[in-house]
Amino acid sequence: MNSIIIDYTLHLADTTLILAQRNAEWCGHGPVLEQDIAITNISLDLLGQSRNFYQYAAVLIGDNATEDSLAYLRKEREFKNLLLVEQANGDWAQTILRQYLFSQFQYLLFEQLQNCKNDQLAAIAAKSIKETAYHVRWSSEWVIRLGDGTEESHDRITNAVDQLWRYTGEMFEPANYETIVDVTTLKNDWLQKVTTIFNEATLSIPANAFMQTGGKDGKHTEQLGFILTELQYMQRTYPAAEW
Amino acid sequence: MVTPSTIEEKKIWRILETVTDPEVPVLTIIDLGIVRDVKINEEQIEIIITPTYSGCPAMDMITMNIRLALLENGYKNIKVTSVLAPAWSTDWMSEAGKIKLKEYGIAPPNSKQQVCKTDLFQKEEAIQCPLCNSYHTHRISEFGSTACKSLYQCDECKEPFDYFKCH
Repeated sequence: MNSIIIDYTLHLADTTLILAQRNAEWCGHGPVLEQDIAITNISLDLLGQSRNFYQYAAVLIGDNATEDSLAYLRKEREFKNLLLVEQANGDWAQTILRQYLFSQFQYLLFEQLQNCKNDQLAAIAAKSIKETAYHVRWSSEWVIRLGDGTEESHDRITNAVDQLWRYTGEMFEPANYETIVDVTTLKNDWLQKVTTIFNEATLSIPANAFMQTGGKDGKHTEQLGFILTELQYMQRTYPAAEW
Repeated sequence: MVTPSTIEEKKIWRILETVTDPEVPVLTIIDLGIVRDVKINEEQIEIIITPTYSGCPAMDMITMNIRLALLENGYKNIKVTSVLAPAWSTDWMSEAGKIKLKEYGIAPPNSKQQVCKTDLFQKEEAIQCPLCNSYHTHRISEFGSTACKSLYQCDECKEPFDYFKCH
């Protein structure tokens, strides 16, 4: 039982950490200053959420585990994050769409998780969902702005849909440790909300798309290794280094 | 009758009033509403705090400053515990805190929460310029210099300013 909750908590922690790391790559490179600040603010929110999940996982694991050892010293195959969040930033449209598809899912997930019987996971979800509400609103406004914008912005976000849609199916296929919230029940709501935004953005939902899965069980795309190389470099090179 | 522990408790709350938010130094942690409880027993003093935002980088420093303030006042065995539930809200900010924020040049959170919803392209909240008091302002960015603020500009006096957004 405990190992199921540990794995689930690590899955939630890894997903938020990796998306935080991806968004942080934009720091200093955003299209305009205000949006640079927005995406890095979102990164910080996600990093805070991941720390809360890692700290809880560390307590459950015991054995001198810490939030740092879990983030910095686990290997690629041990990470349980969604494939969607490890995908490359690409252009602004890809970053925006990745954020939107994820935040819309995370909002529905935390709505359920905040009422679950595990007090600590419920508390983290209740805390985080207020932040996620901002992320959903900001990213969906951008999806609409790009989709219903210029010819070029429309082309770019259409390309982003082609790149990322195949990683969305995984969110609703439960791993064996995903017992606290039944993610299969979130799919219809998610699809309905995404369809509304896509319609507004003059985008279409891909039909019968192949879905790539595996991230929840540690089978990642080639992207994750590169992220971890950068993320974990300092602790791997200078073990136990501190600020 | 006032028991010794409540006198002690009052003393501790007064010490906590000297600890400020490192990012918004006019606000004490009491003004912010992040101190949730003080527990005293014979051996130890426990201060219960809650973070504003999950990723607020000031929390570690606030924890350290609480410790230092109590140490300076002769307390030794101090424990600072962070709890997440119930989640912090700008509703917990004191009225004194709101006045101090405005004097500092940051628009305080509106008392009635208006925009904490996922609806799109909502009508902007009427935010009063902390400098010239005009409501003729507009939002530049929903995200500002720290997680708790968004960026506005006054259309009257043209000054950009931070708004401590509702949460």
